Amino acid sequence: MKILVPIKRVVDYNVKVRPLADNSDVDLNNVKMSVNPFCEIALEEAVRIKESGKATEVIAITVGKTESQEQLRTALALGADRAILVESDTLLEPLALAKTLAKVVNEENPDLIILGKQAIDGDNNQTGQMLASLLDLPQATNASELIIEDGSVAVTREIDGGLQTLKLSVPAIVTTDLRLNEPRYASLPNIMKAKKKELKVISLNDLGVDSSPRTEILKVELPEARAAGVMVETVDELVDKLKNEAKVIS
Amino acid sequence: MSILVVAEHDNKNLKGATLNTLNAATQIGDEIHLLVAGHETNNVVEESQSLNGVTKIINVDNELYKNSLAEEVEKLVISIAADYSYILAPATTFGKNLMPRIAAKMDTQQISDIISVESSDTFKRPIYAGSCIATVKSSDEKKVITVRSTAFDAVEKTNSNIPVDTLSAIDACGVSEFVSEELAESDRPELTAAEIVISGGRGMQSGENFHLLDSIADKLGAAVGASRAAVDAGFVPNDYQVGQTGKIVAPDLYIAVGISGAIQHLAGMKDSKVIVAINKDEDAPIFQVADYGLVADLFNALPELDSKL
Repeated sequence: MKILVPIKRVVDYNVKVRPLADNSDVDLNNVKMSVNPFCEIALEEAVRIKESGKATEVIAITVGKTESQEQLRTALALGADRAILVESDTLLEPLALAKTLAKVVNEENPDLIILGKQAIDGDNNQTGQMLASLLDLPQATNASELIIEDGSVAVTREIDGGLQTLKLSVPAIVTTDLRLNEPRYASLPNIMKAKKKELKVISLNDLGVDSSPRTEILKVELPEARAAGVMVETVDELVDKLKNEAKVIS
Repeated sequence: MSILVVAEHDNKNLKGATLNTLNAATQIGDEIHLLVAGHETNNVVEESQSLNGVTKIINVDNELYKNSLAEEVEKLVISIAADYSYILAPATTFGKNLMPRIAAKMDTQQISDIISVESSDTFKRPIYAGSCIATVKSSDEKKVITVRSTAFDAVEKTNSNIPVDTLSAIDACGVSEFVSEELAESDRPELTAAEIVISGGRGMQSGENFHLLDSIADKLGAAVGASRAAVDAGFVPNDYQVGQTGKIVAPDLYIAVGISGAIQHLAGMKDSKVIVAINKDEDAPIFQVADYGLVADLFNALPELDSKL
């Protein structure tokens, strides 16, 4: 079994993002960039499947600028066997991204594609489902458990009311939720080894994908701030305020 | 400018988020069709016939749609998509799972999780876990949109006898199969529908200590939630989680207990009308969004609060 793991370079989880002064976009100058946390979970799952003997190869792929090679090297250090960068000067929207990935899937023919359920920048939660749709493949989003069976995968999904288990024929697409696993850290020897692993760079233009944007960001602003609250000293005071001032309990 | 709204339901009742999504649809246009695809959906159709804003119900009743498998519902929606300029669904796990498949088939860049309709092609949506709000204009001819339910009021149910068109199921894709479902059962209201929510964080220290919240929740008719930290620590199951990666709630009263207030949690509750924070760390960021803050040890404050309600 061959597993493809698309990953995304995003602003680090701990960075507090703010709009640019002219509100044209978010300010990403000099901020720390990392692998999207949900993509790390996807990669970890793929590597664990390989370690269990049920997969033979794990390929990490990203679509982005040259700098995204850093995140692919991280993926290689975490256990991917090889990596592919589809180089693009601009950040693609999920639809164009899915079209790009579909081209590579048709070349590589993986049995399983594992992606993060969403990237923590745009919070779109679209790419995996769009890729599944373009390739007419079955999908299981928000996975919290993934079991490889003969010719199929059983996936438990986190849905609003609880858990749902689906059985998908392979090839299949799975997107990861938080509790699927806890990703490992890259060890120093593995970081060194990753430098020697194959990282292939292809140009987005060579794939013939229409990546022209379909949306335009007119403005990026801070959400409305809440009015300052008050501190209460005692539980009695709290109950009194909730009953008589906010009138939210009786 | 016909609009199709894909109803979320459990084959018995509509899910509340469908009503919020319909409100967003009414801000875009006035020819609104509601698709009810499921199995043995008589009740859902009857309930839908009273919804304000809906001009027609499209009912497809077949076992194939019983569990809302994304592949099958996508194929069904695509078979009627030519008639519509907009396709909307709630930004719940149901809509998030389904809608990008539809958008990709229509060669449309979906707009996820809208919180306002600015015009027929421009919408606001949160990005970076709600740290920023983006105003986004779509140039696609047809628009596929998911709607954040907490940002729109529910439509009322004072209509009657909305006409129903019945369509047949289409051929199955047959690539995915429903195995089982484990839904949390509780006498308390659902988190996303509750008027009062009381949530615990890492400060609760254990799953057992959540009984301190349960008893208060029962007195207030509240739902019990949790921060991601509490879920990650294994105190409570994931369906308790309020936050960017969990549920988005906006109750009349949100009580955060032992929750520090990471941005990912705030993203899920900061639109609540009144926020109460109880935390022993007076510097906890949760106090910055709280209307009422109480610096106290929750193991003293909760039993006292319980006794005074």
